[in-house]
Amino acid sequence: MWVYEKKLQYPVKVTSCNPTLAKYLIEQYGGADGELAAALRYLNQRYTIPDKVIGLLTDIGTEEFAHLEMIATMIYKLTKDATPEQLKAAGIADHYVNHDSALFYHNAAGVPFTASYIAAKGDPIADLYEDIAAEEKARATYQWIINMSDDPDLNDSLRFLREREIIHSQRFREAVEILKEERDRKIYF
Amino acid sequence: MSTSNQKSYVPYHSPYDPCPPIGKKYYSTPPNLYMGFQPYNLPQYSPKEALQKGTLWPAFYDYYENPYERRR
Repeated sequence: MWVYEKKLQYPVKVTSCNPTLAKYLIEQYGGADGELAAALRYLNQRYTIPDKVIGLLTDIGTEEFAHLEMIATMIYKLTKDATPEQLKAAGIADHYVNHDSALFYHNAAGVPFTASYIAAKGDPIADLYEDIAAEEKARATYQWIINMSDDPDLNDSLRFLREREIIHSQRFREAVEILKEERDRKIYF
Repeated sequence: MSTSNQKSYVPYHSPYDPCPPIGKKYYSTPPNLYMGFQPYNLPQYSPKEALQKGTLWPAFYDYYENPYERRR
């Protein structure tokens, strides 16, 4: 069960009308390493992982939905007032003819979201290593979007999201250490 | 631990490569790669600052800016 707080995890402000940025951001919305894939991956893995780290997967999976909501807000703000001509100039005419300015779960190249993005091997170490890799890939994606974006307010929100990926990666690394049961062992040596 | 959170390398550029060389390629190595298990009693940001930065601990904070823009 979830409790919903009717606010964003971090404010989303967009300075310039630049629908091209929406084209890049959609990668984090419906892409393989995007927030939706991350949320579904973690929440799904909870059932087949040792009890000690279930809570971590619940927390991080839930937070990924908060990130998804931020990305959706960014894309919405960047495209809601854009004319068809502006969307065409931004390279998202293909999206427009199918969806108007509605959001859709696909990646920056227009490939629709697929469940095969969600890894679940059932082996705790394999799954947690997958999660660590997913966080580092999402961190890299945010860097590439920041590199392409010249909107200071948007970049501020993206930097917040990138920092959260770092923390999530750290916690998954610690989860691996917990499952290895090597933590603090040397104090008994 | 004194580590830079950004590393770089120079990819080989052949005389026959069509584009001018990019020079340095950059990649991030954020603090989580070096921490292992987080030690107890690390210094913390104030709650307000932590919400703004995305982490409670200065040890994990890694500000990112476009390294290619800075170079120009």
